[in-house]
Amino acid sequence: MADKSCELFDAGHRACGGCGPALAARLIMKGAGANTIVVASTGCMEVFSTPYPETAWKVPWIHSLFENAAAVASGIDSALKKQGRDEHIVCICGDGATFDIGMLCISGAFERGHNITYICYDNEAYMNTGIQRSGATPYDADTTTSPAGKNSTGNKTRKKDLPAILAAHGAPYVATASTAYPNDIINKVDKAVNIEGPCYIQIQTPCCTGWGFDGAKTVEIGKMAIASGLWVNYEMENGVVTKVKKLPMRRPVEDYLKTQKRFRHLFRPERNEAEIAKIQAIADANAEKFGIDMNIEKK
Amino acid sequence: MMQIMEGSHAVAEAVKLIKPDVVSAYPITPQTHIVERLAEMAADGEIDSEYVCVESEFSALSVCLGASAAGSRVYSATSSQGLILMAEVVFNVAGMRLPIVMSIANRAIGAPLSIWNDQQDSIALRDSGWIQLYAEDVQEMSDLHFLAYKVSEDHDILLPSFVCFDGFILSHTYEPVDIPTQEEVDAFLGPYNAYQMLDAKNPISMGMYATPDYYLEFRYENDAAMVRSAEALKVAGKAFGEQFGRDYSGLVESYKMEDADVAFVALGSICGTIKDAIDEMRENGVKAGLVKIRCYRPFPAEELRAALSGVGTVAVLEKNISLGSAMKGAVGPEVKDAMDGTGTAVFSYVAGLGGRDIRKRDVAAIADLALKGEGNMFYGLREELI
Repeated sequence: MADKSCELFDAGHRACGGCGPALAARLIMKGAGANTIVVASTGCMEVFSTPYPETAWKVPWIHSLFENAAAVASGIDSALKKQGRDEHIVCICGDGATFDIGMLCISGAFERGHNITYICYDNEAYMNTGIQRSGATPYDADTTTSPAGKNSTGNKTRKKDLPAILAAHGAPYVATASTAYPNDIINKVDKAVNIEGPCYIQIQTPCCTGWGFDGAKTVEIGKMAIASGLWVNYEMENGVVTKVKKLPMRRPVEDYLKTQKRFRHLFRPERNEAEIAKIQAIADANAEKFGIDMNIEKK
Repeated sequence: MMQIMEGSHAVAEAVKLIKPDVVSAYPITPQTHIVERLAEMAADGEIDSEYVCVESEFSALSVCLGASAAGSRVYSATSSQGLILMAEVVFNVAGMRLPIVMSIANRAIGAPLSIWNDQQDSIALRDSGWIQLYAEDVQEMSDLHFLAYKVSEDHDILLPSFVCFDGFILSHTYEPVDIPTQEEVDAFLGPYNAYQMLDAKNPISMGMYATPDYYLEFRYENDAAMVRSAEALKVAGKAFGEQFGRDYSGLVESYKMEDADVAFVALGSICGTIKDAIDEMRENGVKAGLVKIRCYRPFPAEELRAALSGVGTVAVLEKNISLGSAMKGAVGPEVKDAMDGTGTAVFSYVAGLGGRDIRKRDVAAIADLALKGEGNMFYGLREELI
């Protein structure tokens, strides 16, 4: 069992107040424990936690490049195997590093079956470089490279289904989580690091700066994402969904969308019913796919 | 023990004796015979390395980076497009001061696609912070691996090394080669002793970012280590010579330079052809000599200046091109800089790109051009194609 009292991601880092990824880092480390080597990608967390000569990490930590964390972790795994060592290897990387530029290295590492846990802190855009869209950015989100405008309703693509892609690589354990549910993160990380082989956890980490909300509401926004069905917390073991967080009463997506400036253009100057309906359809499809509705009737 | 062996296999035999904990590489012509042979050795239990087959050269060196950071001795090999693909990691490894050694089977870079030899690949990464050694023959390409590990892993140096050799010309050529015994190599190299490593018992952060208050000093330290490595290479090359009878204490090596009027400067296997050409030129009354650059980074400016002292004309044979530069080749300007104030004329000749053969008569023709003061040019262009 994980020691939930341990603090291996220290205070004093330089994240924004209300940063979802910083909260995730703290919780991930409670799940992973002290016998862990962390591999980071270039990104917000790397920058706010390790400005030389300061570090927030009380475990061995390495950053090489934006896109190679999974390959670096593969090398660490091979070295540890050769040396007969038993540390957990945990990659903690943003969604740009994971969904986009790092896909090649991740695919290779999962194919080879390294004993690593790859965790994506998913704040749904490139936040470190100023809120540009990634393959994890949700449909219609306004970012600096998918701005809403006269001829645009924001990001044109839907979020890539990376958990399914990595499950298809034969990963023994794939899970999603949210900073809104701290114990769930700790338990899932604890589980993943103790499973032999490449495991993947995708954690929704609301970004107050990039999404446009008050930093006091990070947990609340995360809960609303799940309540809307736009984010689903689940576990897949050997390719099969084994556990899903169900909802007694799913809420309309607009309750979630209205809380964030990145979706403001859907409501001003007038409501864009057609686009809101498309996003509701995404949530409905999630609900159907994962069976999250405890009540068949929707409000 | 002397054996007739393909160049690539002579490298694989050296790597086997060096005993890397982790080997990771990706196939690319003309480097493949090395990693194929190492894979066979792993399959047969001849080597005890973790052999990691990856999906790209970019990952190959990233795997090596991770393994090295975790405290293991590692090895990789690549060529041409593969080296350029991993370029971002190449710089990163040097900046992180990880003592990785990588073989480079020198090959041209596309477009147009060419699998044949020149030295554009490694020379393009001249400023990446890796020591660069160039071999003339199969014996040297095998031996330089021992030297590279010895110097790279020195705690006063901690820089990665390329061991470069001409693709096909050396990688696929069979020559007699003396492969040392395991005991001899163990005595020369010693067990791997990581300077620092990722270790849960002693947590450190590696690869942190540096603000403008710190970055410049990191780069200074990198360069200072490169400067120190020149002496370390000489010391290790001398020690290698004392143990194995083949002296590599010189960063450059001279051939018939005692009375030379015109001297060639070159890297790699072309030096063998140049030596034969020099012998013939001397029969015809041309006092020619050669200074071979064995170590291109750190650049041996002092050694070159001494070796070329008193020579009126220097012709640098370039198997690379620095497009748009005044001398055309990348090596020439540094040779010229080394000879600054001596009155020696230095010219570059871009020749042999993309596998174009350089023959003895071409070498003699280049000497004629240099003595006439014509240089900083392509040599051997097929005018009818232009």
